[in-house]
Amino acid sequence: MSARSTAPQSQPQAVAYVNVQLIDPASGLDVVCDHTGGLLSDGETISAYGPGIFASGVPAGAEVIDGKGAILCPGLVDMRVQMREPGEAHKESVKSAGKAAVAGGITSMVALPNTDPVLDEEAAIEFIARRARQIGLTKVYAYGAATKGTLGKELSEMGLLNRAGAVAFTDGTKAIANVQTMRRALQYAATFGFLIIQHPEEPGLSGGVMNAGEQASRLGLSGIPREAEIIMLERDIRLVEMTGGRYHAAHISTSDSVEIIRRAKAKGLDVTCDTAPPYFALNELAVGDYRTFAKLSPPLRAESDRLAIVEGLQDGTIDAIASDHSPQDTDAKRLPFAQAAFGGTGLETLLPLTLELVHNGHLDLLGALRLLTSAPADLLNLTDNHGHRAGRLTVGGAADLVLITLDRPWKFAAQQSLSKSKNSPFDGRLLQGHAVRTVVDGRTVYVHG
Amino acid sequence: MTAADYKHRHLLGIEGLYPHEINSLLDLADSYVVQGNQSAPTFDAMNGQTQVNLFFEASTRTRASFELAGLRLGATVINMQSTGSSVSKGETLIDTAVTLNAMRLDVLVVRHQDSGAVKLLADKVNCAVVNAGDGAHEHPTQALLDALTIRRRKGHLDGLEVAICGDVLHSRVARSNIHLLNTMGAHVRCIAPRTLMPSRIEELGVSPYYDMRKGLKDVDIVMMLRVQNERMQGSYIPSVREYFEFFGLDKEKLALAKPDALIMHPGPMNRGVEIDSDVADDVERSVIREQVEMGVAVRQAVLHTLSHNNQVYKQQQEAK
Repeated sequence: MSARSTAPQSQPQAVAYVNVQLIDPASGLDVVCDHTGGLLSDGETISAYGPGIFASGVPAGAEVIDGKGAILCPGLVDMRVQMREPGEAHKESVKSAGKAAVAGGITSMVALPNTDPVLDEEAAIEFIARRARQIGLTKVYAYGAATKGTLGKELSEMGLLNRAGAVAFTDGTKAIANVQTMRRALQYAATFGFLIIQHPEEPGLSGGVMNAGEQASRLGLSGIPREAEIIMLERDIRLVEMTGGRYHAAHISTSDSVEIIRRAKAKGLDVTCDTAPPYFALNELAVGDYRTFAKLSPPLRAESDRLAIVEGLQDGTIDAIASDHSPQDTDAKRLPFAQAAFGGTGLETLLPLTLELVHNGHLDLLGALRLLTSAPADLLNLTDNHGHRAGRLTVGGAADLVLITLDRPWKFAAQQSLSKSKNSPFDGRLLQGHAVRTVVDGRTVYVHG
Repeated sequence: MTAADYKHRHLLGIEGLYPHEINSLLDLADSYVVQGNQSAPTFDAMNGQTQVNLFFEASTRTRASFELAGLRLGATVINMQSTGSSVSKGETLIDTAVTLNAMRLDVLVVRHQDSGAVKLLADKVNCAVVNAGDGAHEHPTQALLDALTIRRRKGHLDGLEVAICGDVLHSRVARSNIHLLNTMGAHVRCIAPRTLMPSRIEELGVSPYYDMRKGLKDVDIVMMLRVQNERMQGSYIPSVREYFEFFGLDKEKLALAKPDALIMHPGPMNRGVEIDSDVADDVERSVIREQVEMGVAVRQAVLHTLSHNNQVYKQQQEAK
């Protein structure tokens, strides 16, 4: 079976998007266009955008899409997704993740290496991207394992993996715990200018099942103290200072984490971080009556932590928002809380939960969209196949776009999720705003409703 | 004739030596090369003197080179091998020094796996000591033979751009060469992955490069270092394959150096690990065999000079 035979069929036509609120967070563009302006794509790429580009009419033969005042912006870039393929395709696959992602307005996503086999060989990295190209939905980039087998012992072949497409290096949902290994991983990666992404959680303190605190004490569940994250972050920052490495902390969840990153940045260290919607939209109370869908890694924290995460997003300490999509099948979740697997799905709720911050007045629209588009693309230096940076509007760059309705209220029903797994901690949540049309390489790959 | 400007009793390292001292040793070594090329010479500079090669670490070529140099000078040469594993090392060294003093040697050539061990021994024995390599600290005769090789090919050392590539972190050859080349006015670059680059190496007066292609740009000399296999299994380097790809010397990377750049290697080489065979065997550019030849001449010059200085030292002691 050749790649071509399953590749998306038709070459996209010229498409004119009119009557839209055109937003490009990277450049700060935010302009309302009527029928005389918007964006024109031709084939796979953007050929023009802005108000008035259709003043003398839409080019002959172009399909016209009337945005009806919806936001048109670069498609979302999700920098933390567990794909489960290869190895656990009963939980998720490149295809099912792609379907859920485009429904969530995501046009590029980055797969963690914690598959089976682990993404620590060139062929495995190439497989993921090739598979995504065949499917033709959301584009998939991949992280390489920082250590062989993500076992935390031996450095992986970062140079060769990067040539195969790995955009950065991480042991996925495992912390690079051994301090000497972490030091060498930072050093070795810095040889080439690569980024090391850490799941900051000290294993010696992370034997519990939910946040250590009052709620855990009431429920009689073993706790994971906030210090598990704090200690590893502080250690890692020291190592960054020592090695001159580039470091990114994934899904930070505590107020101290925000403060640690803030100080590291003030020191001029090459340190960044992201968080995921559960950590600004939920707190440990969501565990409620042993709800295993709220069993996440890191665990949902206290309300004061949640507020600090919001503050970190506001002041720019937190660089990006990722879905942290972590699909688990029913068997892995319908268990006593302590035995249930960690993780929640997130591809379809990434955008609306981030928009919640806009509706609440915590973030402005441009800033919120930046955290979902150009910011993660810049962090990972993601480029499209035309050589342009992803997550922004560029003439000649890939037409990866999303039309967003900002205000429409709806209720998220996890059972209707397009992901193979339904383990969302946000089931039944009332939301406002969603993707109405998602475009990848000039092709519409999702239309709402 | 000895290297008259070199007045030390020992040769423990290059760091701290002056250019005229280094030149003096190189000039004498040069004369041994010339004489050696003319015929099979016999010299009597060390007639009646005893040289002991004390190697705590396995070595074939360096030991053989010192042995040959001593024999050519007419010395009685004895080789002592020690694994240095059974007894506590500090004690052993001091005990060894006592034993050696009882043997009334003239020159002691020492290699030891621990940095600083040769100096420790030199402080305890009553003969001249040559450091044949101590841990990751110094290997002065290697730097001298490298310098002689370069000087004979290029005519000078000052102003040359020299790239030292590979496991700089664990290399005594690198450290001695850095000191010597800096002292003689050459510019030294070190090329290595960050895991194999010593911290604050800039303070030693070298420019670090982490991209071999940039580091080799327009250099006159490419010195490759051996990378031990045990560093290659994920601790410092992910794999041999990756190391060779990014830090191995092949024709393509070498093309970035000056067209007349020389290729050097202290040996033994790992072909296909740090150096490609067609580069190592390039008769136009590779001076790796020449280095071995210069090794004997340099060691003759050093042994000759130190044995002489030792006699002078002893006479002065007796006069007191």
